[in-house]
Amino acid sequence: MNNTLHSLILVGVMAVVIALTRFLPFLIFPEGRKRPKVITYLGTVLPYAIIGMLVVYCFKGVNVLAYPFGIPEALAGLLVAGLHIWKRNTLISVFSGVAFYMVLVQLVFRT
Amino acid sequence: MLKNTFKRAFRDSLPIMAGYLALGVGFGVLLESKGYSPLWALLMSCTMFAGSGQYAGVDFLASGASILTTAVMTLIINARHFFYGFSLLDKYRGTGAMKPYLIFGLTDETYSVVCTAKLDDDIDRKKYYLFLTSLDHLYWITGCVLGAVLGAVLPFSGKGIDFAMTALFIVIMVEQWLSTKNHISAILGASVTLICLLIFGADYFIIPSMTLIAVGLVLFRKKLDKTGSGDETEVKPDE
Repeated sequence: MNNTLHSLILVGVMAVVIALTRFLPFLIFPEGRKRPKVITYLGTVLPYAIIGMLVVYCFKGVNVLAYPFGIPEALAGLLVAGLHIWKRNTLISVFSGVAFYMVLVQLVFRT
Repeated sequence: MLKNTFKRAFRDSLPIMAGYLALGVGFGVLLESKGYSPLWALLMSCTMFAGSGQYAGVDFLASGASILTTAVMTLIINARHFFYGFSLLDKYRGTGAMKPYLIFGLTDETYSVVCTAKLDDDIDRKKYYLFLTSLDHLYWITGCVLGAVLGAVLPFSGKGIDFAMTALFIVIMVEQWLSTKNHISAILGASVTLICLLIFGADYFIIPSMTLIAVGLVLFRKKLDKTGSGDETEVKPDE
């Protein structure tokens, strides 16, 4: 373990930087201040683009060129999407997908 | 009303509970393996409340990274959060004393649920945001500390349980897809990010993705904008 003081400082730095990324939009446009229309527009369309970004972000560690070629992720992802289109129940979709994925990576595609 | 609000927030938080406990335990185990006590897991999960940020943080701590490296890398990893506030300027307006905490707790998962949750009239919106954010934070802290305490002696294999996060985002994407006709934004977000991932690699694709998404959305404004024309938004005092 490294120097405790240095570690404490690093945790502080990380906490401040992370908070900054979350607070910045609210600091730039505080309550009551007029904001450019394009910002309001971005606020309404960004959630859709961001979820698309986050789905890809979740698969960033997948290597399709090496065993198991992303097959567990693809199968479980399709199951979640299919179940959700069918039942529209978040808990059923998420927990079935997780259970299926765990079976795949622990029992079927063992590495 | 308060009871309904809490029940709704709790129900919406269940998928996040599974994911946060799993990812939190993973973080705690990793941190403990580098010789840091559970107190550090408590400190980091309370003050940072960020998955990928904390995982990277373990490396910075263990390698004794410089303050500058730590600040810049943390900024790169968490830059995506910069986008979230823009969609919530109005939703979080007027939340008063709880507002700083709501913003502090704006994780990927809380953000996604807050953006998509359709709340009925029997739900107190502000309290709903507060309950959801606090519950998520509580799950995260619990997972992180538990992982550091248990270390490597977990009685069962939790391998793969972190897929809860991926599944939650897929569900939200399907939900958004079925509830809107115009899919330009969703397709743009996913395809731009995928292309950036292939070009820039897993460590550096987020900031280029964000930039291109913002540019792309502005270019598609005529097709997507339903907020009308003009240059400034009048901020109406609500309530």
